[in-house]
Amino acid sequence: MRIVIVGCGNVGATLTEQLTREGHNVTVIDEKQSVVNSVTNNYDVLGVVGNGASFEVQSEAGVKDADLLIAVTGKDELNLLCCLIAKKSANCHTIARVSNPVYSREISFIKEELGLSMIINPQYAAAQEIARLLKFPFAETIDTFTKGRVELIKFTIDENSELCNLRLREITTKLRAEGLVSVVERGDDVYIPDGNFMIKAGDRVTVAGTTNKNLNFFKKIKMPTAKAKTAMIVGGGETTFYLASQLIEMGVQVKIIERDHAKCEELSEKLPQALIIEADGTDKGVLLEEGLAGTEAFIALTNIDEENIMLAMYAKSLSKAKPIAKVHRVSYDEIIDDLNIGSIIYPKYITAASIVRYVRAMHNSMGSNIETLYRMNDNKVEALEFIIKEDCPFIGKPLSDVELKDNVLICSINHKGNITIPQGASVIQPGDTVVLVTTSEGVKDICDVVAK
Amino acid sequence: MNYSIIRYILSCVLEFEALFMTLPCVVALIYGEKQGFPFAIVVAACLLLGEIGRRIKPKSKVFYAKEGFVTVSLSWILLALVGAIPFVMNGEIPNYLDAVFEVASGLTTTGASIASDMAVFSKCGMFWRVFTHWIGGMGVLVLILAILPLSGSYNMHIMRAESPGPSVGKLVPKVRSTAAILYGIYLVITCLEVVALLCTGLPFYDSLLLSFSTAGTGGFGLLNDSLASYSYASQAVITVFMILFGVNFSAYFFIIRRNFKDFFKNEEVRWYLIIIFISAILITWNIRGTFGSLGNDFHQAILQVATIITTTGFSSADFNIWPEFSKSILFLLMLIGACAGSTGGGFKVSRVIVMIKSVKNEITTAMHPRSVKKIHMDGKIVPDNVVRSIRIYLIIYVLIYLSSFLIVSLDGYDFTTNFTAVAACLNNIGPGLSLVGPTGNYAFFSGLSKVVLIFNMLAGRLELLPILMLFHVKTWKE
Repeated sequence: MRIVIVGCGNVGATLTEQLTREGHNVTVIDEKQSVVNSVTNNYDVLGVVGNGASFEVQSEAGVKDADLLIAVTGKDELNLLCCLIAKKSANCHTIARVSNPVYSREISFIKEELGLSMIINPQYAAAQEIARLLKFPFAETIDTFTKGRVELIKFTIDENSELCNLRLREITTKLRAEGLVSVVERGDDVYIPDGNFMIKAGDRVTVAGTTNKNLNFFKKIKMPTAKAKTAMIVGGGETTFYLASQLIEMGVQVKIIERDHAKCEELSEKLPQALIIEADGTDKGVLLEEGLAGTEAFIALTNIDEENIMLAMYAKSLSKAKPIAKVHRVSYDEIIDDLNIGSIIYPKYITAASIVRYVRAMHNSMGSNIETLYRMNDNKVEALEFIIKEDCPFIGKPLSDVELKDNVLICSINHKGNITIPQGASVIQPGDTVVLVTTSEGVKDICDVVAK
Repeated sequence: MNYSIIRYILSCVLEFEALFMTLPCVVALIYGEKQGFPFAIVVAACLLLGEIGRRIKPKSKVFYAKEGFVTVSLSWILLALVGAIPFVMNGEIPNYLDAVFEVASGLTTTGASIASDMAVFSKCGMFWRVFTHWIGGMGVLVLILAILPLSGSYNMHIMRAESPGPSVGKLVPKVRSTAAILYGIYLVITCLEVVALLCTGLPFYDSLLLSFSTAGTGGFGLLNDSLASYSYASQAVITVFMILFGVNFSAYFFIIRRNFKDFFKNEEVRWYLIIIFISAILITWNIRGTFGSLGNDFHQAILQVATIITTTGFSSADFNIWPEFSKSILFLLMLIGACAGSTGGGFKVSRVIVMIKSVKNEITTAMHPRSVKKIHMDGKIVPDNVVRSIRIYLIIYVLIYLSSFLIVSLDGYDFTTNFTAVAACLNNIGPGLSLVGPTGNYAFFSGLSKVVLIFNMLAGRLELLPILMLFHVKTWKE
């Protein structure tokens, strides 16, 4: 695909790297010659120096023939303008990075009215990732479908797990839990299991369901869903705002430590339920006084990466809290991972990953009706979301009557916003969206998974 | 320095040379010549060595600008050294150094020959000699980039080291597609020339070889008198195509894309054509009456101007005996050279334009010491570092020129011979003036001078820096 990226900052450069690695034709636009030089020296891309919102610069970068324009400069308004101009002049798909909380409330309005394909908010995405980590502390990865309402959660089974040595059909009969085990990874092999499949210790299991159903499921199988009840956040930026609002919604008591008076005022206006402390979060005394030892989650979200890492290490040494640190710029991932701090959140990777996912889906869906596509378990499994069209062979039949190919499993059906985990009697209607997992590659259409 | 990856790419280069050399074998088969055997032997040897070298995968894939430069220079040296072997084996050029000179001259599209009589070459030998022009014109590594899936950052470094011109302009985001487009344009124009020459009544073999020679802006002739014995029509066709091959190839890309606005904005092509036209008129005036009619004078003048400015180096008349003014113009054209991004050599028109503009700026700054002025080209600002690198290029160019000139003078020939021989090799032209003029050749130089001139040809083709890096101790130590 031909892709134009406006803005070569952290996110832009990460995106460029990943998209060129996947073989796309990438052109980058940035206002600074030196930035463009460094990107074109490192990656096989074309560079254009100029203001990405200018029609002339866009024409030079070949937006007319492009399939997608991604605007990820630091300025929300500029990004939106870039997309608007590209949309009007070339009618290509557009993705904009918009992170101001003021816009975030009207994000779907902006998206619809300006005709954007996707709006990505790195701060919001990072906050969401942190909230998920706190919600399912044992989850290794969480992929979402149907606008975030269906989750595929991967976790490892240990010897003490209730699921250990259990056949899948026994999950409902013995444990009375409702959950769909969709993929099992054992060693290097990946299975799409049926009812007779026996789960063993060490398996990495992916469960599909809505957030609430999954929560219930994990409670039933006695996995530690005990989410943190108190959280301490250092730093009061945009990510903190998004995270705090989500945590408060989850019923977590949030304490925010921020140095800047104006920011504290603003936060306390927006988040009446949170406790805002105006103090220097890097001060040991302050942290101890505000109960670092007793908190169950500690999240370092200041603007300085090194500070975040230090804070998380300190929290880890002093309390049982799950420490989480945000790292934005520093590129020594390996060393940071070795430090064994706990969870590190890289907003640039999260942002890039969700855009790359969109690009993959777009690439795959040219001429097909795939909505979302994820590759999971080292690319051995594909999870796809389809819209059911009128000509689908499934329509009107109970699922038990439809014979699917081996290694295909339907995980969820979204019927007009009502999400169900499919059973034998479930019926699919036109206009529904279904999520399915498969180990066979190249599924382009829902008809491809029907056994001939 | 990552030696294993360089070894890997050099092995690829060797296999590509084998691939190219199968063509003279085919020619030998068609004409039933036994001179084809040495080519077949070298092909087999190259394939074997290349295959062995390629089987051992490189230990690490680290590849930086330094590796790019070294790989490109070594590849070109290797191509010349291997390409010379068949000539020695079939006795057409008995001396190995002479053969290397001939092939290096071919690959770098210089066209300076040590052969005094073209009759010594068999059909297949002549084919290989001229075909090296076509290979070298666009560059071997660019072709490898277009065909082999060398992914990662290498391709950019290689492309930068091999393509002629002050800055590498990619046409499309990917190096690989860019290389494919360039070779596509190259191939199509070459084919057009073959057809055009066939229409003027030349046999297929001659049309093909003359087209190779023109396409690479090389200038090896098939006959002793270069172009003089061909019809005026053939000469005219060759003149037009020489000028076409001297144009920046990205201009053709604009035409393909129907982007005529950018095509007409291209200052370099505009000045290139203006320089050709003005020089041709001045020379016509200067040599009026020599060739009978004014039309004939103009024909000779423009052919000679085209062949020199594009650094091809054909000749249809002995310009050595033309008036001094004409000779001086031709010598200046030698130094200017063709457009950047074409197959031609020389200092490049775009560099000259930037230099002149920077001189103009300097004068303005002298008058208005507080003035801030940027150099514009094609409606865009030329970045300061590009201007700086062009100045440095000029300095290196002059240094190499003078030191080579000094060494070549050891042989004791006259000033004009030495001075123009170095100019003709460094700018990849071919014929100079005096002893190395259109009727002369380079056979009389000593071994040392030949080595220096080979170095000049390679340095000129690869834009000086890559070859110079080979001589820097630090390149090899770290």
